[in-house]
Amino acid sequence: MTVLDARGLSCPEPVILLRQAMKKKDDCYEIRVDNETSRENVTRYAEHQGYHVSVSEEAGDYVLLAQRP
Amino acid sequence: MTNKRETRIILLAGALIGLIAALLVPLGNPGNMGFCIACFLRDTAGALKLHSAAAVQYIRPEIMGLVLGSFLLALLRGEFKPRGGSSPATRFILGFFVMIGCLMFLGCPFRMILRLAGGDLNALAGLIGFAAGILVGVYFLNKGYSLKRSYTLSLSEGLSLPTISIVLLILLLAVSGLLAFTEAGGGPGGAHAPIWVSLAAGLVVGALAQYTRLCMVGGIRDLVLFRETKLLSGFAAVFVAALMMNLILHLGGRASFFVSFEGQPVSHTDFLWNALGMALVGLGCVLLGGCPLRQLVLAGEGNTDSTMAVLGLVCGAAFAHNLGLASSGAGPTLNGKIAVAIGLATVLLIAVMNTFQKGKK
Repeated sequence: MTVLDARGLSCPEPVILLRQAMKKKDDCYEIRVDNETSRENVTRYAEHQGYHVSVSEEAGDYVLLAQRP
Repeated sequence: MTNKRETRIILLAGALIGLIAALLVPLGNPGNMGFCIACFLRDTAGALKLHSAAAVQYIRPEIMGLVLGSFLLALLRGEFKPRGGSSPATRFILGFFVMIGCLMFLGCPFRMILRLAGGDLNALAGLIGFAAGILVGVYFLNKGYSLKRSYTLSLSEGLSLPTISIVLLILLLAVSGLLAFTEAGGGPGGAHAPIWVSLAAGLVVGALAQYTRLCMVGGIRDLVLFRETKLLSGFAAVFVAALMMNLILHLGGRASFFVSFEGQPVSHTDFLWNALGMALVGLGCVLLGGCPLRQLVLAGEGNTDSTMAVLGLVCGAAFAHNLGLASSGAGPTLNGKIAVAIGLATVLLIAVMNTFQKGKK
């Protein structure tokens, strides 16, 4: 699993980070973001790439888990 | 799935925003200027006597409405979060030069769309420059451009721009004698819709933009970066709806619509400098993470990095008119051309320094 910390970064930076990391074609990515726009954009991008995304909240942050179905 | 739903919502919201913007003109706002974040911040700076260009002085309630509409909806949705600290001084400077670019072209990206929808072909020059500026910005984003992360801040910090907005409204309503206002017929500042109409329009558009994350720069940016069309659909919807409403108003005799380069309201026909002005805006806005409208909306959500960008915009507007940098219907000024050149150089330098610096995370 690849873990990315995108907290505090404003869009589109979290999505660019994820896109960079997805070049590795890992089966599972965990991305932490701290705002709703990033949550939506990262989710949308990962889904476009064929990942299933689940979201949980942790201490005010969003933890997005993107997995290959 | 979410994608289609999101797209439908932003299409609807964009259409509504385009309609409201077009309707504000027969209600009193200047031609093709139902909304213009740059012009309205500039007018507001003038009303506060930060500059003394008599033709462009009025506290625009649309601006306060945008901030407060976003603020209230963000509160309701639990999305109001005070945060900031991501290179505030750099953001101020970027905001400053984005305004210099806007006042070269005579409009922010939002007004660029409204000008296009009003038949103003000079906005095409702006659009070409704007897209070019965004492409340069995307290059830096792809190379790792970042203004570093933001942090959670205190409530008072997050409330700064919403509070300033309320204070400005109180000034406008209660002690307008302190302020400078363009007289009716004395220039764009003298043309405005009734206060409550402007405020209501701002509140609605601010809330819609908060809900949908609408951003005029994000549309082209995300298309190039990710082949993502959500924000671009909003951009297109604003254009189509404003165009249709302009045609309806024209047919109904409430406004005049004509397609031309010459004779369009609050515009000039210098192709090159229209394009260069908006190139500065496109690049500067990508580096800021959003267009001037988006900065107001983010500031309403408690993002004080955006508040810094807005303050930079206001300061840029004051400088632009104090030093003769802003264009007029007669065309750009020499000072303005020099300022745009300095702006492009500065903004490029900021991009380079925040992309290729050593020891970068």
